[in-house]
Amino acid sequence: MQYEAGNYDVIVIGAGHAGAEAGLAAARQGAKTLVLTINLDMVAFMPCNPSVGGPAKGIVVREIDALGGEMGKNIDKTYIQMRMLNTGKGPAVRALRAQADKFAYQHEMKKTMEDEPNLTLVQGMVEQLIIEDDTCKGVITKTGAKYTAKTVVITTGTFLRGEIILGELKYSSGPNNQQPSIRLSEHLEELGFDLVRFKTGTPPRVDSLTIDYSKTEIQPGDDEPRAFSYETTKYITDQLPCWLTYTNEKTHQIIDSNLHRSPMYSGMIKGTGPRYCPSIEDKIVRFNDKPRHQIFLEPEGRNTQEVYVQGLSTSLPEDVQHKILQTLPGLENVQMMRAGYAIEYDAIVPTQLWPTLETKKIKNLYTAGQINGTSGYEEAAGQGLMAGLNAGRRALGRDEVILSRSDAYIGVLIDDLVTKGTNEPYRLLTSRAEYRLLLRHDNADLRLTEIGHQVGLISEERYQKFLAKKAAVEAEKERLQSIIIKPKQEVQELIKSQGGSELKDGIKAIDLLKRPEMSYGHIAQIVPSEVELDDEVTEQVEIQVKYEGYIEKSLQQVERLKKMENKKIPTDIDYDAIPSLASEARQKLKKVLPLSIAQASRISGVNPADISILLVYLEQGRIARVSNE
Amino acid sequence: MQLDTIAAISTPMGEGAIAIVRLSGEQAIEIAGRLFQGVGGKKLTDVASHTIHYGHLIDPRTEEVAEEVMVSVMKGPKTFTKEDVVEINCHGGLVSVNRVLQLVLNAGARLADPGEFTKRAFLNGRIDLSQAEAVMDLIRAKTDRAMNVALGQMEGRLSRLISRLRQEILETLAHVEVNIDYPEYDDVEEMTHQLLIEKAQYVREEIKKLLQTSQQGKILREGLSTVIVGRPNVGKSSLLNSLVHENKAIVTDIPGTTRDVIEEYVNVRGVPLRLLDTAGIRETEDIVERIGVERSRQVLKEADLILLVLNYADDLTVEDENIFKAVEGMDVIVIVNKTDLPQKIDLDRVKDLAKDHKLVTTSLLEDVGIDELEEAIAALFFAGSIEAGDMTYVSNSRHIALLNQSLNSIEEAITNVQAGVPIDIVQIDLTRTWELLGEIIGESVHESLIDQLFSQFCLGK
Repeated sequence: MQYEAGNYDVIVIGAGHAGAEAGLAAARQGAKTLVLTINLDMVAFMPCNPSVGGPAKGIVVREIDALGGEMGKNIDKTYIQMRMLNTGKGPAVRALRAQADKFAYQHEMKKTMEDEPNLTLVQGMVEQLIIEDDTCKGVITKTGAKYTAKTVVITTGTFLRGEIILGELKYSSGPNNQQPSIRLSEHLEELGFDLVRFKTGTPPRVDSLTIDYSKTEIQPGDDEPRAFSYETTKYITDQLPCWLTYTNEKTHQIIDSNLHRSPMYSGMIKGTGPRYCPSIEDKIVRFNDKPRHQIFLEPEGRNTQEVYVQGLSTSLPEDVQHKILQTLPGLENVQMMRAGYAIEYDAIVPTQLWPTLETKKIKNLYTAGQINGTSGYEEAAGQGLMAGLNAGRRALGRDEVILSRSDAYIGVLIDDLVTKGTNEPYRLLTSRAEYRLLLRHDNADLRLTEIGHQVGLISEERYQKFLAKKAAVEAEKERLQSIIIKPKQEVQELIKSQGGSELKDGIKAIDLLKRPEMSYGHIAQIVPSEVELDDEVTEQVEIQVKYEGYIEKSLQQVERLKKMENKKIPTDIDYDAIPSLASEARQKLKKVLPLSIAQASRISGVNPADISILLVYLEQGRIARVSNE
Repeated sequence: MQLDTIAAISTPMGEGAIAIVRLSGEQAIEIAGRLFQGVGGKKLTDVASHTIHYGHLIDPRTEEVAEEVMVSVMKGPKTFTKEDVVEINCHGGLVSVNRVLQLVLNAGARLADPGEFTKRAFLNGRIDLSQAEAVMDLIRAKTDRAMNVALGQMEGRLSRLISRLRQEILETLAHVEVNIDYPEYDDVEEMTHQLLIEKAQYVREEIKKLLQTSQQGKILREGLSTVIVGRPNVGKSSLLNSLVHENKAIVTDIPGTTRDVIEEYVNVRGVPLRLLDTAGIRETEDIVERIGVERSRQVLKEADLILLVLNYADDLTVEDENIFKAVEGMDVIVIVNKTDLPQKIDLDRVKDLAKDHKLVTTSLLEDVGIDELEEAIAALFFAGSIEAGDMTYVSNSRHIALLNQSLNSIEEAITNVQAGVPIDIVQIDLTRTWELLGEIIGESVHESLIDQLFSQFCLGK
């Protein structure tokens, strides 16, 4: 029996990290939003590692925050430890990572969603989409509830036809033994979507009380208070440490002698797994010359003894997992609480999406997160935000928002997915960004707050604060530009104490700051500012001044790229009518349907000659139209 | 439509005495103007459109005169591409024209893609609609041809050398990346400034070596520069004429506008010879009187091959012996000419002086001994250090340009790493070097870095 259950602007299927951001982004714009989840107790659940951030990913969290998303605020309220990574390197690659209290994290996110005025959170498993004229008009749940909407966002994570594999055992399941979503996957296939089978895995969890931490190394959080969100003012000072131990020869022997029982090697696992997240058996086989591998012990929360064994992702049988754990120093008497497992699931081939994350096949239908072939909470959340934003804007009759590769890691992520596709679960790495010096942790607000404000996800108050910061940075740079530092005794001594060479003549303060050995603090010591400046402001001044040359170089590249981004390709273009295109290029172009020349040039197999030909063809069409008029 | 400024050599390679490097784009005049030093300090940015100017190109890095040139300035839209166009006419020959191309690329122009001038002409509305198909076909054809050339190169050792070098850089890049993306993994050695400098310097030396081979490529393309030397009236001119008449001259007698150049190219049994221009040969006559003068030595030093001519019908003189001294350590063939006249020369003494050098007796007047001389030239070439068959050399001007750009890029990386710039920023220059080298062999796919990352290091949770 079906029944009419309600009408919304936007429906989000799933309430994981993508679904939560999608629902909030849609609702906060003013769209009446319904979020459906298979299990209300699992909102924003972390089925794998209890952490948020890290290189590239941490910057995504900052970007989500600058655009008015929730992940940064949520982790700031629930972390058990926070660390800034890569502090010894350049500003472009610094990244924040937090260990989460995974239970607090999901409860906090659930409460935020419940409290959101335009958002309705309901338990229900969607089995079918309502499609009319290749347009999505709503969803139908297993219990027969029929919800109609202007747009629908699917964020089903690893639930689509999920199968858990643990040693010789294989059973139909979502992550963490949740109900899988089988019917929806079949329905997507019926609608004509290309699906692929991916695989990921998780390590065992162990009881903290059975670990002898004296045999491991402590990994504390930073003393300095840190936060992901630009709005956070309260910091959690009571941090919990993580611990480090190592595998050894005995560990490797056990794995080696049980490889025949590994579903990875017996052929039971068919899905493609990610290279950056290999199982321990994979590491031993591929890097058998390594005498040991690092294993991090990470608490799963404050009110639990469960510990996540990072580095030991495996699908070996339970009894083998037990034996492996007990070879690790400090874990000789460990009690395993949950075994690790591998999970296979369906994902849709992401080249079937527009850069707005709307599907090309079905209008008003969007997908985000792991269903698009990515892995990681941050990647999911970033897509969720963009899909929810665009689905909301479509429902409200507004135009679309697409972030470029030079705007944000989120832009890189989505462009990679829809332009190149992926043949393994996709993870963001800093090396995927060609302008990573522009996509920094520190300047996420400068890059994106303006957009967040425009689309209505950033409050006026926060926007004014942002403008004030921006003005302060500019004012301070101007001040340093106008001040000459003379080669006085104390100046020379300060420079010498930093290992620099003495001044021969007066120098602009801004030029002295450019020297590698000088920091903003040193300059401020010589010529202090009259107004008190926020740390965020002085940090920004220092980075912008010090790396000006490189930043400028990157900006020039971006400028050139922008010209190509601005050359739009009509989506109804007939590639078969361009005879000079190489056949591989033609096929790829027909599949991806790039929106601009720049996007076309990023498709592998489309070479510069094809791009030239395409340009000429487009110009020919333009001339033809002009002469017809 | 605004596009960046492109440059390319627009005359066929190695086939003319005058070559043209063409620039097109918004900054064409500005870029050329930065290099050009006209007579009386004339600035290119001030000159009228469609005018031609004599002057020199100055290398901004050394501030030295690099080339003597004629520069045409044509402002858009009345040009082939409808953009501002500058044509730099310089001496033909690979070295000159490449130097000019390199200067404009360093000054901010970008190397044009195959067919790009034509494409621009079209995009700027210079070519009408009916020609569009032809333009597209042209781009395809030119690219295919460029690909074929590239493929030809790829079979050789050049591409293997470049691939190996790129692999070295890639491993270094992956190493830098892994430190960034997996900062907590202690089994990966930290890429320190010291380590990076060593790697970068190694890459720089390898690129330099490759660039040096372009000099050898030059020899094959342009011929061995050959100087005929001897006292007056020993038969130098006859030797020149014999070699030219016996063998078909490839390029002859193109008087330049700026100096009285006559270059004789001859092909002797597969060995290309560039007989020094007449000015040069006249110069060599002075040598007899001015042995020991540094400038004269210089002329000889730049030669690849010396043909030392003696007179059979005359006694050896001090001047002859001085010439032997001046060419010590060089590739020399000693020719004793005029055997049609009665012998006066002491041949044993000549043999002493000639040491290991090949000795040939001729009567150029009666065409005796020419064959033997030609054989000697060929033997010297093919047996010598320059082995044509198995040699890796870079001769393609595009490749030379790209190698020079790679060199600049790696040098920038070294300067920055020495200045203490963070490694992940220096990495930008390193990546650029890797990409430029990739363009030579037609590979520049970024994805391979990520592949390298995961095959080189054991990563992940």
